Amino acid sequence: MSALSAQGLGKRFGSTWALRECTLDVPVGSVTALVGPNGAGKTTLLQLAMGLLRPTTGELRVLGLVPRDDVVAFLPRVAFVAQDHPLHRRFTVRDTLKLGQKLNPSWDDDLARARIEHLGLPLDRKIAKLSGGQQSQVALTLALAKRPELLLLDEPVASLDPLARREFLSTVLEVVSETGISVILSSHILADLERVCDHLVILSHARTLLVGAIDDILAEHRLVTGPRADAASVARGSDVIRERRTERQTSLLVRSNAHVYDARWEQHEVDLEEIVLAYLGADAAPVPERELDGAAA
Amino acid sequence: MSVIEFHLEVRSGVPTYLQIVQQVRQAIRLGILRPGDQLPTVKDVVRSLTINPNTVLRAYRELDLEGLVEGRRGVGTFVADGAAPLPPDDVKELRSALERWVNRARAAGLDDDGIAALFSDTLRPASIARVA
Repeated sequence: MSALSAQGLGKRFGSTWALRECTLDVPVGSVTALVGPNGAGKTTLLQLAMGLLRPTTGELRVLGLVPRDDVVAFLPRVAFVAQDHPLHRRFTVRDTLKLGQKLNPSWDDDLARARIEHLGLPLDRKIAKLSGGQQSQVALTLALAKRPELLLLDEPVASLDPLARREFLSTVLEVVSETGISVILSSHILADLERVCDHLVILSHARTLLVGAIDDILAEHRLVTGPRADAASVARGSDVIRERRTERQTSLLVRSNAHVYDARWEQHEVDLEEIVLAYLGADAAPVPERELDGAAA
Repeated sequence: MSVIEFHLEVRSGVPTYLQIVQQVRQAIRLGILRPGDQLPTVKDVVRSLTINPNTVLRAYRELDLEGLVEGRRGVGTFVADGAAPLPPDDVKELRSALERWVNRARAAGLDDDGIAALFSDTLRPASIARVA
């Protein structure tokens, strides 16, 4: 079973498509990063997954269920932490936990209290008095105490300082290692993703550019640099994601399983951040194809 | 308390699971990890490095396939008997012999790059062919 599977999924608001022809499959137990610039469709996909929105086109199954078809069976199994982890600012931590307990039939109060204690947060402290990092941890506690099978996090670390970011992600990953929960998180912060996540979805302009297991993505992509004139021969049999040229040299970020057996071409491993940026950059400003070839001849 | 702690080079381009595999292999070769030693638990590694648990599981599975470690269900992952290429004392002896050689090379005026180049060239079978 997939944690999430989408076939031709689309969502339109008025005349604007927020998500189009999205086809992807997220395995159970995986930690999936949803990356892309603001407005790419990340939040829309998460809200569709949570059943907060109804798809305009296509099919979506989450934990094998259609989110809005059987809400009673579906909701307890999925938890969603919205952007900026909204909480009632005038509630105390205790009130917040009580609210979680009243609203969730599968609430695990022991887990919630143990986590708050572990964080060192006084129960009578007002939410408004907590730091951003602490608020995010309270919001995460609410989500985890539901004991969900799938955790959806919308930009969970965007507003956090590096230390709080690390602590937040550590908490999530510890829960993954203990319970095998699936996680889908959106982020425009690329650092950390390679170590934190095992699957990646790149979204841009409402469409998916790349979907896959991160280890496969790293293995398939490389940077080759070599003499300027022969780029076409190297590009054959590979997808060129990004092309850069200087007067004498061409550097290509390619997706390919084939090796380039030409001593004049140097091959380099690339990290995930560079791969993501190459895809997003190519999508933002398409390179004019082979425009410079004539000049090189 | 675990015997070793992993570290990550985030920008190396080497997949994280492979970095862990390499560090365990290296630690076994150097005698830092010995048969029967327990590797850090998945949860410990996840917490200390903030990495994906599946990555750690994959690394440990790979090491298991290579016969270097064995997972004991519900207990942990341990360095396998027979994983060490040499007894620790032999490793120690070889290391000190190499240290003496390195000191001689430095005294003769080689820098670290020169020493590394000479060492790796000596290891290569091609260099033997050339000499012959």
